[in-house]
Amino acid sequence: MKVLQALPGGSVLGTWRGGLAFLVLLVIALAAVFAPWIAPYPYDIQNLAATNKGPTLAHWLGTDEFGRDVLSRIIYGARTSLSVALAAIGVSLTAGMCLGAAAGYFGGAFDRAVTAVVDLTWSFPEVLIALIFIAILGPGLTSTIIAISIAYLAQFARLTRAQVMTIKSETYVEAATSLGAGHTHIMVSHLLPNTLTPVIVAGMLATGDAIILEATLGFFGLGVQPPSPSWGAMMSSGTAQIFIAPWTILGPGLAICIAVIAINLFGDSLIDAMDIRNRLRDY
Amino acid sequence: MFGFLVKRLLLLLPVFLAVSVVIFLIVHLVPGDPVDHLIQIGSTPEQKAALIAKIGLDKPLLVQYGAWFMKVVTGDFGDAIVLRRPVADLIAENLPHSLWLGGLAFVFSTIVGVATGALAAVYKDSWIDRGVMILILLGSTVPSFWLGLLLILVFAVHLGWFPVSGARNWTALVLPVMTIGLQGVALVSRVTRAAMLDIARKDFVLLLHAKGVSRREIQLRHVLRHALLPVVTILSLRVGWIVGGAVTIEFVFARPGLGSLLITALNQRDYPVVQGCLLMLAMAVMLGTLLGDMVQAAMDPRIRENMQ
Repeated sequence: MKVLQALPGGSVLGTWRGGLAFLVLLVIALAAVFAPWIAPYPYDIQNLAATNKGPTLAHWLGTDEFGRDVLSRIIYGARTSLSVALAAIGVSLTAGMCLGAAAGYFGGAFDRAVTAVVDLTWSFPEVLIALIFIAILGPGLTSTIIAISIAYLAQFARLTRAQVMTIKSETYVEAATSLGAGHTHIMVSHLLPNTLTPVIVAGMLATGDAIILEATLGFFGLGVQPPSPSWGAMMSSGTAQIFIAPWTILGPGLAICIAVIAINLFGDSLIDAMDIRNRLRDY
Repeated sequence: MFGFLVKRLLLLLPVFLAVSVVIFLIVHLVPGDPVDHLIQIGSTPEQKAALIAKIGLDKPLLVQYGAWFMKVVTGDFGDAIVLRRPVADLIAENLPHSLWLGGLAFVFSTIVGVATGALAAVYKDSWIDRGVMILILLGSTVPSFWLGLLLILVFAVHLGWFPVSGARNWTALVLPVMTIGLQGVALVSRVTRAAMLDIARKDFVLLLHAKGVSRREIQLRHVLRHALLPVVTILSLRVGWIVGGAVTIEFVFARPGLGSLLITALNQRDYPVVQGCLLMLAMAVMLGTLLGDMVQAAMDPRIRENMQ
């Protein structure tokens, strides 16, 4: 037990908010991974005899306009939403960290160029940036991932740069430099470990936003293409049925809310547990 | 103040150029021949040749960009492929709808946000404070388009108070404005509350209490006034949110507007319209941010001095 408490994660799970959020995230992740075993029906089986049926014992969350089971499509949709959000944030975080760290460490013209681009994208809403790149790449899974990762790039570059700038002037970095350590050594063994925590927590919080952005693009019809289920696209086709089958909108929307609230709560308790609220302030 | 404005405008110029280059390049980066993205499907080779000659698709990219940019500056975005009309006309028709929606949403989020934030700060730890905190949590986690759909479901479909979609009269604005506004309210309210609590701890507030000034006057005339500066800062940083929100919400409510026009054009691959809309929306973000900076500079002399 003591070992668990000593880990930063231990005190997160200790608070009821962090623990509950972790549990919810675990359930969603397991549902996504084991979708074929958990979902009561396949996501693409149509039943035109039972279209737009309300919640029943056979279909807990009702059926959509093709008679497909809404609950099964939500469970399969978790795969799309989570994998797109995680892949996009993973790419964005890695690229943003490299850019931000290099800019903050080396300074000079490279720093000014990166800062200029970051400031340029900073004032633009993420959905607009994503739409510009969807316009170039066309709709689909890969372009959604790329568009979302570009939309969040500036955040991570900015945050990493700010962290590196503060740590760069610490005495231990100075000591390493005077002992003859090279740039690579200082970056890998001094700067990266010390910037990692706040950037990863910021990435965790951004994953929630990325889920919403993925759903928004799906809602516009520009995300993952049918018949693949995605929460946003499900709601988009549900709007045509808003008078007769509102459950086709309620289910997927609730799924997004639960996932995003859980991510935000968990990220928030991580911030408290690791005591890094100050380091995230300028972000 | 005038010098500050000129300086900010000069700083915006390279940003505008960079954005216009990206938007110009869209038709060239999309796989396929650019001429096919700019002309109606089924056009004859002669028509294609005429378009190539007209917009100079056979010239070097830089020359093309120059010609395109000069046209765009004079308001000529070319012709829409699907609707077969000048893009400038489409934008002129849709822009007022977006301006109304965005403007009202901005006013709504500012007024309601400051009011709820101030109430929460004054009655800290009461049920009012807790209610506002729940509002803030909802506003920052519920996806705006889903909130829009929920409001349609309750107030349009079930209660029938407002129209489900469209923009026939002012009642059609109520639900979209509230949908975009809630996110803004959450943001403004959080900042107002935090800033007021922060300032209430300052020495000059203690002095006011010692002088016997009434609690009400201290909160309204002194604490709230000082707390407005960070609110203006966050609003000027986040003007872009209103634009992004308007794009999404117009589509949800099937309202005419730049956002709806853009999403429809993206789905139909109508590239001249896509370019025109993206450029207008980017300009809206930039001008909005500039306006926010101006208000901030007018309120806080320190910012004006930093620029000099």
